[in-house]
Amino acid sequence: MTTAGAAPRGARRPSAGLRHSTTSKRQSRFNYIFISGYTLLLIAFGLLPTLYALFLAFTRNGAFVGVDNFLRVFADYRFLPAVLHVALYIVYWLISLTVVVVLLALVVHALRARWASSLSRFLFYIPGAIAGASSVMLWLFVLDPTVSPVSGLLHAMGYESLVRVVSIDNLPIVFTIIAFWTGAGGWIVIQYGALNNIDTEIMEAARIDGAGAVKTAWYIQLPMMTKWISYMGIMSLAAGTQLFVEPRVLSQATRGVVPEDYSLNQLAYLYAFRQGDFSGSAAISIVLLAVALLLSTVFIFRGRLFESD
Amino acid sequence: MSQQPSSARRGARLLAGAASAATGLLLLSGCTGGPSAEMNSDYGFATAEQVADSPITVWVDSSREPAVKAFTEAYPDVPLEYEVYDGNAGGSGTFQTKISLMDQAGEGWPDVVFSTQQNDAIWASQETNGLQAFAAPLNKGFMDEEFLDGFAAGSLDYSTIDGTVYGLRNDLAQNVTYYNQRLLDEFGYEVPTTWEEYGELGDKLAAEHPGYILGSLGDSFMTYVYYGGSESPVFQADGTEFSSDVEDPNTVAITEILDGMLENGTLVQDSFFGAEFAEKYADKLVAVPGPVWYTGAIFQGALGVPAGEIGVSAPLHWEGGEIETGNVGGGIWYASSHTKNLDAVEQFLEFATSAPEFQVEASSGYPANTEAAKGWLAKLAETGYFVNEDFEQVMADAAGQIWDGWSVTKWSPESAWATVVIPGIAEGETIESLLPVWKEELDNEATVNGYTVK
Repeated sequence: MTTAGAAPRGARRPSAGLRHSTTSKRQSRFNYIFISGYTLLLIAFGLLPTLYALFLAFTRNGAFVGVDNFLRVFADYRFLPAVLHVALYIVYWLISLTVVVVLLALVVHALRARWASSLSRFLFYIPGAIAGASSVMLWLFVLDPTVSPVSGLLHAMGYESLVRVVSIDNLPIVFTIIAFWTGAGGWIVIQYGALNNIDTEIMEAARIDGAGAVKTAWYIQLPMMTKWISYMGIMSLAAGTQLFVEPRVLSQATRGVVPEDYSLNQLAYLYAFRQGDFSGSAAISIVLLAVALLLSTVFIFRGRLFESD
Repeated sequence: MSQQPSSARRGARLLAGAASAATGLLLLSGCTGGPSAEMNSDYGFATAEQVADSPITVWVDSSREPAVKAFTEAYPDVPLEYEVYDGNAGGSGTFQTKISLMDQAGEGWPDVVFSTQQNDAIWASQETNGLQAFAAPLNKGFMDEEFLDGFAAGSLDYSTIDGTVYGLRNDLAQNVTYYNQRLLDEFGYEVPTTWEEYGELGDKLAAEHPGYILGSLGDSFMTYVYYGGSESPVFQADGTEFSSDVEDPNTVAITEILDGMLENGTLVQDSFFGAEFAEKYADKLVAVPGPVWYTGAIFQGALGVPAGEIGVSAPLHWEGGEIETGNVGGGIWYASSHTKNLDAVEQFLEFATSAPEFQVEASSGYPANTEAAKGWLAKLAETGYFVNEDFEQVMADAAGQIWDGWSVTKWSPESAWATVVIPGIAEGETIESLLPVWKEELDNEATVNGYTVK
């Protein structure tokens, strides 16, 4: 929206010549064309389903029922555990993601040898190329002590069977590891880009002032990365609240030892497709949306995401 | 900020567009669940418009894939597509999930579905959100009465709701006792006949021949083998009333036996279908209670035990009590009420459940169709697989001894066992200590599924 908004302003600039303004007009037309694809998809697969969910959440068989659907979902014995599971996972994941990704990005950025820096970025990025469900399949083998390539490590930790590895208390950590492994690489590359964006003059000035790597990181690099870190936070939060594929695949692979109602999204899925209760399902989705919106707002304002430099 | 007004206008336009589109969507979705078509009195349900020679889609699990292959070989001119899915195993609910999606879409239903669960008729016979029930009634004119009579007595009960048959049983799954005669002779043991003897054999075996086993608790269907088979009233539904009694003497007694055998290692926690089971236990399984499909699926298949070692005897029961046994599965074939080719569906169902090409030659289970069962037993007798000659009688008798105190409900009892008991014993807890949690989970599941807990 911002890019589209900027274009017409350029066109109206009085100093612009006639020729210049036709080019700008054409450009602005292209701007609209470029964003139209995204906008249409956003409406079709983002906005309309949301409105439909809102309608479903407050109705039952077409009749308005107020917050009945929400109350029914809240009273479900599976709801609170699912909330706790997802919350715990998000806490683990966001903290480990923020700390480790920023740390690794700083380290990679500090590497003097060009080849070492690009090689490590490449290596970090590779796992991210494996799509969701297949990465869980891969982890199934890693986590099963009978077939795992790291079975020695699992045995040393006292795990003799897959059932024990994926016990309900371990799951937030297991999902964090899986998510970290698939998602962190991309973020390291992005944060590395953010670090590159910092003016070399500032970095040089810090060095001349006698700041070491740690002090530079703490007083210069980190504050200048806040925006990017909160961006990472929002995106990861949105993905995290929608935890679904990982527990679903694990549940099927362990024949139900990982419960099929582990996460909120799974519960919504069960409501819709096992109980035929689309209104209850929509209510859960709306709750998720509200929470994600609220937390994202916090990130946006705390991270000053929309402020320009 | 000169673009402000235009952006606001654009925003308003966008919203208006979205709102009108949303209204359209809502109207559309409101229409899909319209009134059902007219009842076809020849079939007893509203049939879809028939399209001659239109291809039928069949969903099977991998064990039932040979049925499709055999059918296409026998009837190459019947157009058929098939899809292998998880067969709804372990209470995964895939069948219902997918049908719900198609109900919502109003199209795309498969024509024939095989499910390894016994409870699908409960939902598949119901209208959902005003849409015709998925499962087609089979005994209201669709299939020959004579053909339906050819199934073992009581075998269609699970798929019969209020007198209407919605599914054809593929195989029977009564429990019997399997034993390895070679090992029993070697150790000088007798075949256990009661649960008490089974437990005592465990003590003896653990003391004298550690490493040998009498079964596994690692699969969620063990809830049927041990609790259904021991007449424990853990899973009882009467209409929409549900009760689960974990303090019943039978429940307590079987739990004590199982805990003892877990403790001494004669019951293991590896899944029968796990990667390592065959490797670890192929020649270590001394005796085990289990459904008749163990014959093909476990002994001949996974473990590859050669002919002339395994015998079957009557199901385990309580000392001084009647023989009552459990039932573990026995898949069911369903026909879609939305199919556009009823003739092909009927032809396929008859073939899959009764033709010797599949039921005798390629099916691991004991056919529910009586004629096919004769062929299946004769084939087993011919190969001389079992050491005892009366195995046919043992299996046939057990089929009529299934305990009626274990109910079939909207949800599967396997999921509570899988989420509570399997991880619990893996952590080293006793089943006895898990009983209250197990009951709570069962009660909760009952409530969510619309049952009242007694």
